[in-house]
Amino acid sequence: MERDDIIEYSLHSHHSAEEGVKLRKKIYFVTALLSVITIIEVLVGVFISRSANEGTGLWEAIKMGYIVLTLIKAGYIVLVFMHLGDERKYFKWMILVPYILFLLYLIFIALNEAIAVGEGMKL
Amino acid sequence: MSGEASKAIEPKVLWGGGRSPFSISYGKIMMWIFLVSDALTFGGLLVGLGFARHAAVTKGFAWPSSEQVFTHFPFTHEHLPLLYVAFMTFILIISSVTMVLAVEAGHRMDKKKVAFWLALTVVGGAIFLGSQVWEWSTFIAGPDGDITTWADNATLKQNFFLPISTEGGHAILGMEGPQAYAMFFFFITGFHGFHVFTGVVFNFIILMNVLAGTYEKRGHYEMVEKVGLYWHFIDLVWVFVFTFYYLV
Repeated sequence: MERDDIIEYSLHSHHSAEEGVKLRKKIYFVTALLSVITIIEVLVGVFISRSANEGTGLWEAIKMGYIVLTLIKAGYIVLVFMHLGDERKYFKWMILVPYILFLLYLIFIALNEAIAVGEGMKL
Repeated sequence: MSGEASKAIEPKVLWGGGRSPFSISYGKIMMWIFLVSDALTFGGLLVGLGFARHAAVTKGFAWPSSEQVFTHFPFTHEHLPLLYVAFMTFILIISSVTMVLAVEAGHRMDKKKVAFWLALTVVGGAIFLGSQVWEWSTFIAGPDGDITTWADNATLKQNFFLPISTEGGHAILGMEGPQAYAMFFFFITGFHGFHVFTGVVFNFIILMNVLAGTYEKRGHYEMVEKVGLYWHFIDLVWVFVFTFYYLV
């Protein structure tokens, strides 16, 4: 039986061949970007070892750099590959905001507590 | 690309009931909700790793340096730090790209292209799983084994273990520092690998359906999009595991 009370959103997601060419161009751009970032991360990891540089300002800067590069990669994967950037604004924030808030809080509290626990049980 | 979601619709109509205000089908929303909950699980694991590491380092335990541990490459005994895991990362990124190309082909109802890119995604996932098997077996039993979850592994090249105390003449070995590092390695990459395995199975089932013409008949390839979301999520998690386990 055909139902007419359900909107088949999935049927409206088709696009033409020309739009496809444009989208593929974007996909290849993101591919190149993700590959370049990964290569940079690995090269830094190989040539600047943590064991030799830990505790220095250089290593702190590298650590921050890694985190920023990772967030850039994650952003491109979520917004372009998973098309969250093309969804409606309210849906996008419904997915992102609770997660980001909760995780920031968890990171803050867990890492602070970890140092407190370590201080209390020093060898 | 998201069709209905990029159409401008009066807010009154959009939120007036009788339709999804997000313009997304039920299945796709539920996949997103599932992915958020799964992302919280992985977030919890990685924050747990951070907790263990910060506590251990503050207490005075050594925390192994990944570029000193992950130095192996198949078929050679050369010292090649991080290269194999870089290869694994690259495979996963490329299989994510083939997946998004399959989704794009699905939006053009191009059955042949969908099958082609989806098949490549399955192959990429299988290569990643095989690489992980090799990595695990190297660390568990290989002659180059560097990390272990138990204290007296005779195959260890380097002995990381520090006794916590020597009560009653017995050295009591801690579960922190290197052991915790190894346990987190097996738990996090294991949990991620289980997701990859599930993803490969999903992709394979959907590939069979594509070949059978199920979605051609249905009029849309949204199932490819849904397993695609799951597959990209696996890549997303790996990006974080790669940074917080192998790099930082």
